[in-house]
Amino acid sequence: MKEVKGNVKKFLSRFYRQREIEDHEDIFALGFVNSLFAMQLVMFIEKEFNIKIDNKDLNFENFRTIDSIVAFVDARST
Amino acid sequence: MRIELTDEQIKKKDEFKEFVDTSIIPYAKDNDEEENMNPEMLKKVIESKYLGAPLPKEYGGLDWDQITIGLLNEQFGRGCSSAKGLLTVHGMCSLAILKWGSEEQRNLWLPKMAKGEAIGAFALTEPNIGSDAKSVETVASQVDGHYVINGHKKWITMGQIADIIIVFAKLEGKPTAFLVEKGTPGFSVKPMKKLLGSRAAMIAELTFQDCKIPIENIIGFPGGGITHVALSCLDYGRYTVAWGCVGLAEACLTDSLKYARRRKQFDAPLRKNQLIQKMITEMTVDVEAARQLCYKCGYLKDVGDPDSIVDTWIAKYYAAKMVNRVANNAVQIFGGNGCYNEYPIERYLRDARINEIIEGTTQMHEVLIATNSFVRYS
Repeated sequence: MKEVKGNVKKFLSRFYRQREIEDHEDIFALGFVNSLFAMQLVMFIEKEFNIKIDNKDLNFENFRTIDSIVAFVDARST
Repeated sequence: MRIELTDEQIKKKDEFKEFVDTSIIPYAKDNDEEENMNPEMLKKVIESKYLGAPLPKEYGGLDWDQITIGLLNEQFGRGCSSAKGLLTVHGMCSLAILKWGSEEQRNLWLPKMAKGEAIGAFALTEPNIGSDAKSVETVASQVDGHYVINGHKKWITMGQIADIIIVFAKLEGKPTAFLVEKGTPGFSVKPMKKLLGSRAAMIAELTFQDCKIPIENIIGFPGGGITHVALSCLDYGRYTVAWGCVGLAEACLTDSLKYARRRKQFDAPLRKNQLIQKMITEMTVDVEAARQLCYKCGYLKDVGDPDSIVDTWIAKYYAAKMVNRVANNAVQIFGGNGCYNEYPIERYLRDARINEIIEGTTQMHEVLIATNSFVRYS
């Protein structure tokens, strides 16, 4: 779980450099999210955690915060 | 990162080269002059099963890795830009269904598309809308349990022969993707002729007039047409276009080498002329540099690296500009013969030009790449 969070934070830090994003912070509100980022985030999660993201998983709530991404990965990995 | 092909990829490359030499190149000149894809050639492409290259085996596809798919497009690009266009748009349509379609859509269309029993196309561009894709003017509305589409699409590769088309239209103001089948009432096709290049790509203008499609024919979700469906399809399109440019540039180079050996001026072959050697050098380095960018993209795609999307922009951008430089040099080496259709060089030049426009113009790529560079290299 801790490792998942660390990897997600490291990935997000490539796009948002002003400061470290808080675990519960809404990343869509930070202003750097666009369709390219969305595609890259999906690819990152699929590759990094070896899970397949389906159409039905593409719910903003799954990706809104670091905590929600970690919870999504955790749920799909078990 | 491996920078050499596997034994299997080398074998496939030889197979593709042989196929293009025997089943594509003999038709390329007539395809261009008649502005029509020769049905015999199309039959051979279908029989080769190459149209199923990117699709999983469960749907009858070949499930090839991205490098192998790149090599296929490179060879098709070497032989006939229009035939390469078929691989690109058929792949874009089938991958949209694979990635964003429902299980029913996948089961219905993908086996037919893998076999080439159904040809796919991708209809985004319109008479008034090119780069600004999110502003498509075609509209869809939900009426009595159906979607009804109204609008026009233009410059649609394979539009004349496509059996199934991904059409982008605004649904309640949000760009959305739909599947439209050939023969649907209200859907009509008008061939477009006298184009600069890719003249046999069966390009068409499509009209939708109260075209009623089943409610199940939405692809992805309302509002996801550009951001999700088109973006992922264009990623594949750009990758295959980049490889096609490498192939076309290689055709320019190898034809120029042959010509420079044979053609004599001042009692010596052209190749003895150092200014010709300069052009050959630039062409060689250009082709190799673009090929390496394409290999890198293929590798990143095969390992699922998020950077593959941006690297595909870079490869497509470079390859599209590169093939124009190389084709221009080829015309220069051929001189008058490069300006006449007795040789394929003038066709190469015309076909090369198209690549700076399709799947995102050079200028749109400059905006995208520069914007990303501020993130990537800061």
